[in-house]
Amino acid sequence: MSNILKHIIRLILFLFIQVYVLSNVPLLHQYITPYLYFLFLLWLPFSINRWHLLLVGFSFGMLLDYFLHTPGLHAAPCTLIAYLRPFLLNLFMAKDSTEQSFSEPSVRSMGWSPYSFYIVILTFLHHTYLIFIEWMQFGSFGYFLLKVIATTLTSLIMIFIAEMLFSRKTKK
Amino acid sequence: MRNIFLFIRQYFNLISFLILQIICIVSIAKFSKTHEAFFSTKANEVTGVINSRYNGITKYFYLSKVNQDLAIENNRLKNLLQTNIVVSDSTIITRVDTLIKDTLNRFRKYTFLPAVVVGNTVSLESNFITLERGSKQGVKPEMGVVGPNGIIGKVVSVSDNYSVVMSLLNRNSKVSAMFKKGKEQYAENVEWDGASPDYLIMRKISKAVDVKKGDTIVTSRYSPSFPSLLMIGTVDKIEKDDEENTYSLKIKTSTNFRTIQHVNIIVNHYFTEQHQLDLLTRKQHYNLGNE
Repeated sequence: MSNILKHIIRLILFLFIQVYVLSNVPLLHQYITPYLYFLFLLWLPFSINRWHLLLVGFSFGMLLDYFLHTPGLHAAPCTLIAYLRPFLLNLFMAKDSTEQSFSEPSVRSMGWSPYSFYIVILTFLHHTYLIFIEWMQFGSFGYFLLKVIATTLTSLIMIFIAEMLFSRKTKK
Repeated sequence: MRNIFLFIRQYFNLISFLILQIICIVSIAKFSKTHEAFFSTKANEVTGVINSRYNGITKYFYLSKVNQDLAIENNRLKNLLQTNIVVSDSTIITRVDTLIKDTLNRFRKYTFLPAVVVGNTVSLESNFITLERGSKQGVKPEMGVVGPNGIIGKVVSVSDNYSVVMSLLNRNSKVSAMFKKGKEQYAENVEWDGASPDYLIMRKISKAVDVKKGDTIVTSRYSPSFPSLLMIGTVDKIEKDDEENTYSLKIKTSTNFRTIQHVNIIVNHYFTEQHQLDLLTRKQHYNLGNE
């Protein structure tokens, strides 16, 4: 129970930070849009059912979209990373031992390099898909390419800072 | 039959993933056409309430700036009052646009409704603003919105008590604009290129037009959403287009989009008439062209 409550509080915090803080920061550059909200999906527990994860990903994205008035734009990449997350976790994890003693992905539960691969790949996929959808509506190929790189780097820096600031208890 | 069920069971996750993706894409496509999201009326009410709670806290941080803007606007409006103008000579005719009723059969075309900004973004590619005033208070889509320093955008969707405004800082936003000075009033669309919330773009200005840095850009007479001569911004940079014989202008917005708090929604009492005539003409023209 307290576990579910913890994740709900996280959801609200990530949502509010994205809507009220990060969407109002003055742009450093055209190609940098700060995104942090999807870290919520990456921090969900190992034990979550794959189908539930998909639903959580979709509804979380839609929730953000209703605040930003961009229906579907963030829900689509969120569903994508929610779908791909279990495959990546299977790939990067020493299976049985980790899942028994730890509850969610983190540096401690997975180790530095597998965890960073996991974060980098999902962040990159999320941004590529999101900016691809934006590119379909406006912009050029150069815009797409540069924005993916710049935005991914910005997000990675923010995730790194978030990991440093908030030490999570991931032991069961 | 059994095989179909087996197939669905085996690829259940993949199938639900694809269905959810299709929902997303359909919803994006629908929104870019009509600016109506699924359940948008209900959702706007809910996000509107949360936005106005949050705004209740943050508005204090901008109070001094907002007060200053309102004071300046008040001052400007007081200078326009009819009582300030004394007709000293019968050869001079004073025309005052802000007259409410008069004996010369002039009528009122625009009314302004005050509204409070409760939600705003500046760092996305398509930025929208939420206002605490909706269809119950007489707001309709396509109405213009103007702040103390200049225009803000157009209303795109409305719920009972909240309305969503497409800010000028939106890739899809287009507002007809012209130069304030000069006799030939050259109208062209003002757009946003997504680069900086302080600058708008005006493309394809003919080189025949005499443009200087610092020229004022105002709304033109063509848009049914805005009265003419509302401030948009000033020319900051003039760039020559390489291939064509035209300029692109970079326009510094007169409004600081990060701190807008109090705005006015513009009701054009003749909007429906103008808009429908426009649509009808276009339709007829299109049909004729096809025949």
